[in-house]
Amino acid sequence: MKLFDLKGGVHPEGNKDLSAERHIRTLPLPKKLYVPLQQHIGAPATPVVKVGDKVLKGQLLASAQGAVSSSIHAPTSGTITALGDHVAPHPSGLPVPTITLESDGEDKWMQIETVDMPFLLRPEEVAARVAAAGIVGLGGATFPSALKLNLSRNSGVQTLIMNGGECEPYLTCDDRIMRERAVEIVEGIRLIAHAVDAKEILVGIEDNKPEAIAAMQAAAGNSEVKVVAMPSMYPMGSEKQIIQVLTGMEIPAGGRPADIGVLVHNVATAFAVQQAVRYGKPLISRIVTLSGGAIKTACNVEALVGTPVQELIDFADGYAQPAARLVLGGPMMGQQFTNTNVPVVKGTSGVLALLASEIGHAEASPCIRCSTCVRACPVGLLPLEMAAHIRTADLAGAVALGLKDCIACGSCSYVCPAHIPLVHFFNYAKGDLAAQERSKLKQEATKKLADARNERLARIERERAEAAAKRKAAREAKERAAKEAAAKAATETV
Amino acid sequence: MNAIAHSPHAHAPVSIGKVMATVLLALTPATLFSFWLYGWPAVNLWAVSLIAAILGETFVVRMQGRKVRPVLMDGSGILTAWLLALSLPPYAPWWIAVLGSLFAIIIGKQVFGGLGQNVFNPAMAARVMLLISFPLEMTTWVAPSQAPGLLESLRITFFSQPIDGMASASLLGHVKTEFTRGIGLDQALTGYYAPLDMLWGSRAGSLGETAAVLLLIGGLFLIARRIITWHAPVAMLLGVAAPALLFNAIDANHYAGPMVHLLSGGLMLGAFFIITDPVTSPNTALGQFIFGLGCGLLTWIIRTWGGYPEGVAFAVLLMNAATPIIDQYVKPRIYGRDRKGAALAVKKES
Repeated sequence: MKLFDLKGGVHPEGNKDLSAERHIRTLPLPKKLYVPLQQHIGAPATPVVKVGDKVLKGQLLASAQGAVSSSIHAPTSGTITALGDHVAPHPSGLPVPTITLESDGEDKWMQIETVDMPFLLRPEEVAARVAAAGIVGLGGATFPSALKLNLSRNSGVQTLIMNGGECEPYLTCDDRIMRERAVEIVEGIRLIAHAVDAKEILVGIEDNKPEAIAAMQAAAGNSEVKVVAMPSMYPMGSEKQIIQVLTGMEIPAGGRPADIGVLVHNVATAFAVQQAVRYGKPLISRIVTLSGGAIKTACNVEALVGTPVQELIDFADGYAQPAARLVLGGPMMGQQFTNTNVPVVKGTSGVLALLASEIGHAEASPCIRCSTCVRACPVGLLPLEMAAHIRTADLAGAVALGLKDCIACGSCSYVCPAHIPLVHFFNYAKGDLAAQERSKLKQEATKKLADARNERLARIERERAEAAAKRKAAREAKERAAKEAAAKAATETV
Repeated sequence: MNAIAHSPHAHAPVSIGKVMATVLLALTPATLFSFWLYGWPAVNLWAVSLIAAILGETFVVRMQGRKVRPVLMDGSGILTAWLLALSLPPYAPWWIAVLGSLFAIIIGKQVFGGLGQNVFNPAMAARVMLLISFPLEMTTWVAPSQAPGLLESLRITFFSQPIDGMASASLLGHVKTEFTRGIGLDQALTGYYAPLDMLWGSRAGSLGETAAVLLLIGGLFLIARRIITWHAPVAMLLGVAAPALLFNAIDANHYAGPMVHLLSGGLMLGAFFIITDPVTSPNTALGQFIFGLGCGLLTWIIRTWGGYPEGVAFAVLLMNAATPIIDQYVKPRIYGRDRKGAALAVKKES
């Protein structure tokens, strides 16, 4: 198949061999699970259980709330011991609303509804089962999958692209799941295609994963699922880039893949879809890569959602050396965390314990305008110019240069010889812009309220004046009538 | 653990210091060759340039209340002084090197705000200042292979001992002088132009600009190491060679051919080491090509019709001034947008 050129991109040290040959192993059942209500993009789910409730594995704990949201299910059987706050899997480490579930050790499933002929389900039914299972994009974006299916079906998607790029260094969770569960993944892919009525199905896998490509090709057989080897380059697994390399098309700025008739899902999401549609199993676990130079035994584990990360690290035999930095996700876009009590959530693709030598941190020095960042940017931006504008708080200038088109892949920061934290500048500016927009909306709302109040006060004043005038007129009329009556009486008496 | 760090949590094994060190390494063969060619005076001049730059930079950075060590360690000041030294006549007196280095570092770089902030290439700004202010010292060339001894070299560099019977002229200077005397090119070049000698650098000229082949090798090394790209150098060589070819075809007696131009003066040094200075050149590939082409054309125009025999330094400064405007108009196309920045059209196929 003809592939299309990408611009930019970088080739970071893969370090995938640390964990790529390790079979997926199931983590021992944790005693306590901390299940956050928000593990997806959109509104947090609303709890449907109380403290003290006994729940079975797979039972609904919290239901989706609002247009963009996703349900949360019990990762194992046990008792709800708390509905409160727990440290978030986020660099802030701030507490977030979390359901605490104490395992009863039996891991007993609720009654689940299997479907023997899933392809006989209507597309909407497939999407409904995906929604009920609380499936979100497992590639990292954690956008509710059912919503994507429905949007895509309504907008007439032609091409389904399955993302097996896994371009982040260290991570091998998608590699392993493709090697070990290819048959289920291919069925999941075909179910997704069925749900959106896609005409063409392309599975893009980076060519640094030959075993995964072979396994997927074997599982796809002669079906309509086409497995394509893509060159290994970061960020090949980014939605915009994988679409471009496989179809030559670009998502219009500010748009969605559906705008050009494309839907992109991650391969691990396809596995979750197959489990949900065929077996009625909700998304309560995922494959997590444990790696980094500071981890003793790098490996891939299937961990229940809510498992404290410390238990994963213990499972990997702890640290070989003190970790300079702990990261959730891959090193290019992952987030640092400090508290190992953070739970595994649906979007946790990796837990990395990195050595200082792997991070390569250095103090930033002045920009020499070498434009290595310009050559590395996969979107065609001028990172050095954008950063210069942001440094002087000229956000409008940065937006004019394409700040909103930045995908925050970190390629620019990675290659910068001056070690300038470029993508940090951009995310800071995006946050500041969002805050400005919120405050602008708030100001507008306040202005509207103030205008309404002024108008109301003016109306009251006007009405009061009118009423007073009316009363005055009535009084005068009365007085006039009284005078007339008196005059009349006087004339009558005369 | 320290403050929370933002992604990425990995970094390519690069630094400013490494970039500068690679450029210095690329300059080393041509520099060593010039030492061999011109002997100790060249070494003296080179050393004085570097020492003056280091001391000058230390002084001004300390005056600014900034830490000296990181500024010196990035190697950019040394590179500037090195490039300046290579553009000086080898027997120039010491104070030319000192004045040039201090001007390059202090006026050319630090006054603008230090590394990355200067508009003009510091080495070229200093060279032009010297050329305008001290035309005699800056155009006194010697023919190579008359290498004096160490003691004599100290007298040449530090006591401005007159160089008896050694004075020579660079090819471009000679041609310009001969033109003013009404002598045609064919005669002027006789005995002066030996392509092979020029290729290897065995000719009169600035300290490090003569070894075309060694400079070319250094430049290719930088391209291979991805420190520079081919766009600006190739465009500059093209910008000189194309008009030279055209005009030489029209009137061979008044316009030198492309090979004479390509192998003369500071063109190779300029194309691979001066105009590839990232700070003062555009930041896109196309922008760099336009920049290089402009440098080349201006060099040829100044050499051909200007008052000075050599035009590389002037051409570079003029194009430095044009860099912001090139960057303003030449920008990469952003993914999902057309060249003008408007979002691409939404496709509806079904």
